[in-house]
Amino acid sequence: MRRDATDDLLLPEAGNGLCGRRSLLRAGLGLAGGLGLAGIAVAAERPPGSLAPGAGMRSYGAPSRHVADLTRVGFSSQPGTDGSGVSRTPLERLEGTITPNGLFFERHHAGVPDIHPDAHRLLLHGRVRRPLRFSLAALHRYPLLTRTWFLECSGNSAALAADVPPQRRCGELHGLISQSEFTGVPLALLLDEAGVDPAARWVVAEGADGALLNRSVPLDKALDDALLVLYQNGEPLRPENGYPLRLLLPGFEGNMSIKWLHRLEVADRPAMSREETAKYTDLLPDGQARQFTFEMGVKSVITSPSPGLGLGAPGLYQISGLAWSGAGRVRRVAVSADGGRSWADAALEMPVQDRCLTRFRAAWRWNGAPAVLQSRAEDETGAVQPTRTEWLAANGPRSFYHYNAVQAWAVAADGSVSNVFA
Amino acid sequence: MFSPERVRLLVAVAMLSSAACAADALAADRAGPGLGEAVDADTLAAASLTVYPDGAGLPPGRGDARAGAVVYAAHCLACHGPGGRGGVNDALVGGHDTLAGAAPQRTVGSFWPYATTVFDYVRRAMPYPAPGSLSTDQVYAVTAYLLAEHGIIDADTVLDAETLPAVVMPNRDGFLLSPRRP
Repeated sequence: MRRDATDDLLLPEAGNGLCGRRSLLRAGLGLAGGLGLAGIAVAAERPPGSLAPGAGMRSYGAPSRHVADLTRVGFSSQPGTDGSGVSRTPLERLEGTITPNGLFFERHHAGVPDIHPDAHRLLLHGRVRRPLRFSLAALHRYPLLTRTWFLECSGNSAALAADVPPQRRCGELHGLISQSEFTGVPLALLLDEAGVDPAARWVVAEGADGALLNRSVPLDKALDDALLVLYQNGEPLRPENGYPLRLLLPGFEGNMSIKWLHRLEVADRPAMSREETAKYTDLLPDGQARQFTFEMGVKSVITSPSPGLGLGAPGLYQISGLAWSGAGRVRRVAVSADGGRSWADAALEMPVQDRCLTRFRAAWRWNGAPAVLQSRAEDETGAVQPTRTEWLAANGPRSFYHYNAVQAWAVAADGSVSNVFA
Repeated sequence: MFSPERVRLLVAVAMLSSAACAADALAADRAGPGLGEAVDADTLAAASLTVYPDGAGLPPGRGDARAGAVVYAAHCLACHGPGGRGGVNDALVGGHDTLAGAAPQRTVGSFWPYATTVFDYVRRAMPYPAPGSLSTDQVYAVTAYLLAEHGIIDADTVLDAETLPAVVMPNRDGFLLSPRRP
């Protein structure tokens, strides 16, 4: 194998050539950039794009035509519909932690409504002293708050509970998670204005879509950190993400963060709506179902290498992935290159934030032999991502929602990557 | 001893951190401008669509399975199949005693814990191409049709705001509160 300048810096910390966090620190983290620059030849002539003035300005920017195939993936919809289903974020083709608005995952139950902002109102009523109605213009005059949070559908990764590992790309398997910077009005401000009845325990949130989708939210959550979102990544919400107003419940299963929000009914009990009884409940092997599993569990996935993003010649590669937890900050991500026999800590990119995607990295010197890559996250509450075997033992094969087990990718001798249960 | 410059720096840092803390508070020490408009009783009544398991929120009206069969044939059959047994979309009837087996069928009859939820969901979301198009009596009737097809009520039971919440669904006790509730 070719020797390079990193040989003395990147010392294995776990089996099969895995160099973890300590090696990356030793190498100064500038590693990838340095290697990349070294490979670029100095241009001897003017680049083609420099021979004439380029294109003009445009009213709303779009990705380069050379990445026109970078789209949402894994579309599926109920038979006979095109808006009652999901589309997923292509996790393996993105870096950092913010999902571009156009690639944020979708889950709709009756398509995307077209709502005129002047006609939209938010009604707040039920067990309150003063039922109130808010225009969007009024909401914009409240103190706004900006937060970065992930949002994950509770059905994310559900295909991994199957008996045979599905051979699809990372985003197609795990892409019902995205992250944005959200700006809006804390729900607590409006609840305070309306005067919540002491007997109140829940807030039933309802959307203005064709399903009038509704979920019951514990009042404690509504008062704690629920946000009435108007802006996503700095611009007004896109229609498919709830324009002109959505609820955002950080860390909770995505379906509760009601889009196209138009009504909040304060109640002393949950509505027991279809979406919190017939759906979004976790069926256990004994036939009973767990209800109100709100918080998304601690989880991680290696986004590269991953299926479709295989390796070339043996040598040094960078493992990159995402970790998150609905309970708080990610504390640690361990990575294995030998099927889980040995583990090294991955480097976590700062800042590691509460209920946010955290990017982790580890260097790996691939020797050209078949290998199995895995990542395992731990959050600040001490919760550790389960193995698939542990997850199945706790939930059974048909609970569908809240799958958060360790993902294993097998690297073959030819460098191709496949999904395996390890 | 700290130099005056050092003291000024520390004070500035302290001010910045307290500003950061204040900005971090979600709402406790903030106040809105109080722009919520009062809402009249008619608007509230028209908007209050939620039906609770004890029947709170159910509107006046009634329907039975015979009338429901007509509604079902016209508005539901194309997607959910004859007798609610499933078509291109979900089965609504059947799947008795399958929840603990290898191929559980989560139908309205086998899985849903509350009959009121059937009325609530049909009224808010069905039929898929034209939600909100059924009359209250039609919603009661098609609810009765599905429950009768599954054998939960008799074919001649009339459902209304009194009788619907009294229906005990087969899987009423099939749910556990998740240990992951924070």
